[in-house]
Amino acid sequence: MNDKLYKYLLMLGDNSMILGHRLSELCGHGPSLETDIALTNISLDLFGQVRNIFQYAAKLKGANTTEDSIAFLRTARQHHNCILLEQPNTDFAHVIIRQYLFDAFQKLQLENLCESADDQIAAIAAKSLKETNYHVRFSAEWCKRLGAGTSESNQKMQEALNHLYPFSFEFFEQNEIESEMYSKGIGPDLNRLKDIYFSQVKTLLSTAELNIPDSPARHTKGKSGIHSEYLGYILSDFQYMQRVYPNMQW
Amino acid sequence: MSPEINLEEQFQARIDAGEKIEPKDWMPEKYRKTHIRQISQHAHSEIVGMLPEGNWITRAPSLRRKVGLLAKVQDEAGHGLYLYSAAETLGISRDQMFDQLHKGKAKYSSIFNYPTLSWADIGAIGWLVDGAAIINQVMLTRTSFGPYARAMVRICKEESFHQRQGYEIMLGLAKGTLEQKEMAQDALNRFWWPSLMMFGPRDAESPNTEQSVKWKIKRKTNDELRQQFIDITVPQAEYLGLTIPDPDLKWNEERGHYDFGEIDWNEFWQVVKGNGPCNKERLGARVNAWEEGAWVRDAAMAYSAKNKTQNSKVSKTA
Repeated sequence: MNDKLYKYLLMLGDNSMILGHRLSELCGHGPSLETDIALTNISLDLFGQVRNIFQYAAKLKGANTTEDSIAFLRTARQHHNCILLEQPNTDFAHVIIRQYLFDAFQKLQLENLCESADDQIAAIAAKSLKETNYHVRFSAEWCKRLGAGTSESNQKMQEALNHLYPFSFEFFEQNEIESEMYSKGIGPDLNRLKDIYFSQVKTLLSTAELNIPDSPARHTKGKSGIHSEYLGYILSDFQYMQRVYPNMQW
Repeated sequence: MSPEINLEEQFQARIDAGEKIEPKDWMPEKYRKTHIRQISQHAHSEIVGMLPEGNWITRAPSLRRKVGLLAKVQDEAGHGLYLYSAAETLGISRDQMFDQLHKGKAKYSSIFNYPTLSWADIGAIGWLVDGAAIINQVMLTRTSFGPYARAMVRICKEESFHQRQGYEIMLGLAKGTLEQKEMAQDALNRFWWPSLMMFGPRDAESPNTEQSVKWKIKRKTNDELRQQFIDITVPQAEYLGLTIPDPDLKWNEERGHYDFGEIDWNEFWQVVKGNGPCNKERLGARVNAWEEGAWVRDAAMAYSAKNKTQNSKVSKTA
């Protein structure tokens, strides 16, 4: 089996899975019915993407591996998502900033993955990109609405941005696996995407009347499996059934 | 004869002829108020109903089940939206309806004041609670008020899908390990009686029924609907190999229906009055979401107002 490709798929899938989980925590608790529906919809899309990616990863791994054994039976150290996506739903401003910072990255990444030398990845990316185009429209619109809405909403958004922006650098810290995927034409050149990303993000945030924080990038290694303390709690919820009732069909 | 009485007679004649009443048509004030009450309660039930099921989204046992449950709870939010819109045609705003809910003036279905304690409860709710709701709602697709009847047609399609999804969860558990079967039986034990209570008090104690039947808001009484639900559900439980927690339940050949035991009406009224296991938590969660979201809604309004001003400036200069 191609171990590196398998790990690369985990990296792609875990971002969507952990963010999908955070959004699913909000279901029924949104600030309005419309936003509740929209965020649940995004969560559904993300879990749909996770299923496509993990089904492919399970096929690569073979034996008894399934999408669920990948999703539910790994330790925290075996997860490869970026730390941004674990950050809690502190308030709606944090939810929207976290979403936009990810969506803007994911859109660029998927656009590149549509051209992947790996046909499966290219097909999954093409399908996911349609959804992510909608997600980024939603989160960017809400950044503008809340950033330029009232002074209270502007302040909350600025606080959320100050907290979350430094985590966005992790997307571009190209690790060994990502470098190899790039060299094989499977994954994008993250260094190239970085400039495009920050230029897009800066434009949007300035339209939203928000200031780019000058705090340095957080030194995080989520992609290598070293996470925040939040992930353990996420997995306690997420894996509860599979751990308490192992080897059962649901 | 006063013109008002004449209007009422004409109105009743339209209903008797099976015509739909539309929002701009003349209607008796009591008809309007009854509909606002009933449709908004129904809408509130949809959004409060998101909470007990939402309680298991983060712990769903497989990706397939998680996606199914997320989609189901999202459908309920959608049902809430159609129903609030249907009620708004009668001259009340969504914010006013929320306010009535938050202040405890408007009711919602008591079933959602019971806790969801295991994954099997998600199956039981889909099977029993959505099953009971469908029986009520199929009747409402033929109700006299047009917007309500049309909302129900759409809602019923989704609800019957939810019910099958719930039953399929139960079926999976019933075919599973001993622990899974026990989980399924326990969920049935806890949700059976509250599901029967969903049809409301006995006919003799249901003062609204007669007027509601006349206006075709109700086409069958509470007791008729409850019997229909039991007759449909008992064989489904047998197929699952589960036991309905009612020692008095048995087929009555003469009546052609199941006889069943007495509902604990004291429990029913206690939960209606706000003293159920989760009333405070459910209402608290709704109030909290509303209050925490106030700044978001204010900002959205302010932003929209700013943009309108800017757009009108642009169009004036152009």
